[in-house]
Amino acid sequence: MSDRRNFLKGVVAASGAAVAATALPTPAEARETKQRPPEALGLLYDATLCVGCKACVAACKQANDNPAEFSTVDQLWDTPLDTSGKTFNLIKMYRSGTMETKDAEENGYAFMKTSCMHCADPSCVSACPVSAMTKDPKTGIVEYSADACIGCRYCVAACPFGIPKYQYDSPTGKIGKCELCRHRYKDGHYSACAEVCPTGATLYGKTSDLLAEAKRRLALKPGEKAVFPRGNISGGKDQSYENVVGNYQQHVYGEKEYGGTQVLKLSGVPFEKVGMPNLPPEAAAAHSESIQHMLYGGLVMPLAVLGGMAFIAKRNVHHDDDDQKGEN
Amino acid sequence: MAANHSAHHAPAPVGGNLFNATTFVCGVLIAIMIAILAVRFIFGLGAVTNLNDGYPWGIWVVVDVVIGSAFACGGFSVAMLVYIFNKGQYHPLIRPALLASLFGYTLAGIGVIFDLGRWWNFWHIFWPGYSNPNSVMFEVAVCISAYIVVMWLEFSPAFFEKWGMVDAKKKLNKVLFFLVALGTVLPMMHQSSLGTLIVVMGVQINPLWQTKLIPLLFLLTAVVIGYGVVLFESCVAASAYRRKIELHLLEPLAKVMLGMLALFIVVRFGDLVVRGALGHAFKANLVALAFWVEMLCFLAPFALIGSAGARRNPAKLFLAGTAIMLGGIFMRLNAFLIGYDTGVGVDTGWRYFPSVPELMVTIGMFAIEVLGYIIITRRFPVLPREDVQVAH
Repeated sequence: MSDRRNFLKGVVAASGAAVAATALPTPAEARETKQRPPEALGLLYDATLCVGCKACVAACKQANDNPAEFSTVDQLWDTPLDTSGKTFNLIKMYRSGTMETKDAEENGYAFMKTSCMHCADPSCVSACPVSAMTKDPKTGIVEYSADACIGCRYCVAACPFGIPKYQYDSPTGKIGKCELCRHRYKDGHYSACAEVCPTGATLYGKTSDLLAEAKRRLALKPGEKAVFPRGNISGGKDQSYENVVGNYQQHVYGEKEYGGTQVLKLSGVPFEKVGMPNLPPEAAAAHSESIQHMLYGGLVMPLAVLGGMAFIAKRNVHHDDDDQKGEN
Repeated sequence: MAANHSAHHAPAPVGGNLFNATTFVCGVLIAIMIAILAVRFIFGLGAVTNLNDGYPWGIWVVVDVVIGSAFACGGFSVAMLVYIFNKGQYHPLIRPALLASLFGYTLAGIGVIFDLGRWWNFWHIFWPGYSNPNSVMFEVAVCISAYIVVMWLEFSPAFFEKWGMVDAKKKLNKVLFFLVALGTVLPMMHQSSLGTLIVVMGVQINPLWQTKLIPLLFLLTAVVIGYGVVLFESCVAASAYRRKIELHLLEPLAKVMLGMLALFIVVRFGDLVVRGALGHAFKANLVALAFWVEMLCFLAPFALIGSAGARRNPAKLFLAGTAIMLGGIFMRLNAFLIGYDTGVGVDTGWRYFPSVPELMVTIGMFAIEVLGYIIITRRFPVLPREDVQVAH
C-alpha cells in the first residue's frame, strides 16, 4: 500500500514538474519580437503604380543567374506561376469579374509582387538549425548560405509568406530566395527589381525612408497628380516623375506584421485578396524562442531534472544490481 | 521490491530459425527501399517524393521521424516506471521495450538523412559556429542523437551477456543509474520539442494544434504511446512466438496508461477551452473531422479497458494499445500536415499526398525494425526466459 502511495506521489510530482516546466510562463525570459535595425534596407512595392511589365522578374533572373521556368507548352519565354528555388521574384495578378478597372476589388484587376519580405524577426532564421539563414545585423537582409545548409527545409515550412523554396529536382538542391541583390552592392548597384522598374512601383532604399514615403502616399488625395520617386529613394540620382495617386487601402503592409518587415507594400485591393496573409504583430519566432529559452536557457532546467532523476535512479537501480548478483 | 524482482525469469534468447516467411517479406521490402533510395540520392528528392514548397515536409519527416520516435517511447516509459517510480515488477518488460526503442530511434536518426536535401552537411548541426541553439530543430537533433547513444549503452548488457563479457557488464552497471537518468531526461526534452517544432510555423498551423502547450501535449502523448506500444508489442510477441502473455504485468501497466491518458485529455481540452479554440473543432471541414478522429482514438481505451476485467483480456489490451498508437499517429499527422496551411489561407494551390516510392521507403524502414527485432530476440537475451520454448 505504501508502495502504491509512493508511486502515486511520484506520478503527481513528476507530472507537476513536467507541467511547470512546459506551461508556466516566466516573463523575465520571454523573448520579445525583434524590431528592424535602424539602417535596415528594403523595398516599397506600390501595386497602384505597377503596370505588370515584369521587367523586375527578368532582371531578378539575370542578377541571380537563374534559368527560365516554363508553364506553357511552347516554352518560348520565362513563365513561372510562382516563386521557386530558381525564381526569387514574381508579379502575380489578381482578377475579378469583368476586370474593367485597375486596382478595383470588384470587376477589377491588380498586380502584387511576391518576394522575400526581409522580416524584422524572421521565422526562417529562428528555424534554421545550422545558421544557413541569417539576418545581417546592419542591413537586416535575410541571407542564405548554401555551404552551411543541410537542406532540411524547416525554413520553407516556417515562412508565413511561403518564400524560401527548395530545388527538389537536383540531388544537391539549394534553397532559393531574394537576398536584396546584396552581391551587387560592391559594384554600386542595388536591387535589380527596383533598378529596372519604369514606374517606381518597386522602390529601393532604407526601410525608414520607404515607410515615410508610403505614409506620404496614403495621405495624398486619390486621383490627383503627385510626384513619385524611382530607383533608390535613399541616394543616387533623382528619377522622380509625376503620376496619378492611387486609391489605396489605408494600410502599409509590413509596417507591423510579425514585428514589421523591411519590404513594405501598398495596394488598392485588400491585402488578403492579393496573397498577403493577415499576420499578428508578434512574430512566431518570438513565441518559439520564448518556449525554447524558458525550457533550456543555460541548461538549468534539464540539469536540475537530470540531477533529480540520477538521484532517484541511483537508489532504485542499486536494487537491481543486488538482485542480479543473487541470480548469477 | 527486491524480492519481487528476483522472482522473474532472466532474459534469454528465444532461439529458432531466422529464415521464414516474415523475415523473407521484410528482406524484399528492404531491398525495394534501397533501390528507391538510390534513385533519390542520384536524382534528388523530387524524383521519388511528392514533396513541394507548400508541403516541404512529408511522411519521411512526420511518419519516419516524428511518429517513429514517439512509437519508440516504450523504453523511456517503462524505464521511468521501473527506475524512477521504483516499480521493479515491470523489469521483464524493460529489455524488449528498450530494444524496440533502440530500433525506432536509430532508424529515425538514419531516416532524417534520406530527407535532408544537403545531407553531406548534416554534421553542421552539432558544430559550434554553424549550430543555432535558438532553433527547435537543433534541440531535437542534439537530444535524439545523444539518446540513441545512451540507449545503445543501456541495451549493451544484452550483448555483454551473450558474449560473456562479465567485466564490461560490471563496469557498465556502475554507471547504469546515470544512463537511466539521461534516458528519461533526453526523451522528455526532445519529445516535447518535436511538438515545439510547429510553433515557429505560426498562424499556418490550425489553432486546434498551434498552442504554447504543444510541447506538454507531445510529451504526455509520447509517454502514453510508450505504454500503448508495450501493450501492442507484448501481445504480438506472445502470439508470434507462442509465449505466455504477461497479463500480471500488462493489467496494471494498462491502468497507469489510462491515468496518464486521462491527464492528457484534461490538459488537451482545458487548453482548447481557455484559448477559445474549441470552435474550430465544430466547423464542417476536413481539419475538424481529423481532430475528432484523433480524439476518438485517445478516448477509445477508456471504453475498451476501463474495467479491471477488460484489462485481463489480451484482445482488448491489444486493441487499446492500437487505439493509442493510432491517436498518436493522427495527432502528429494533424499537427504537421493536415492542420498545416502554407500561406495562411491566401495561397491555396498546394496539395500533398505521399507518392508510392515515398510510402515504400517508410514501409521499408518498418521492415528493418521488424527484421531486427526478430533477429535480436531470437539470438540475444531480451525476452524473459520461458520453461518450455516453442518458438518457430
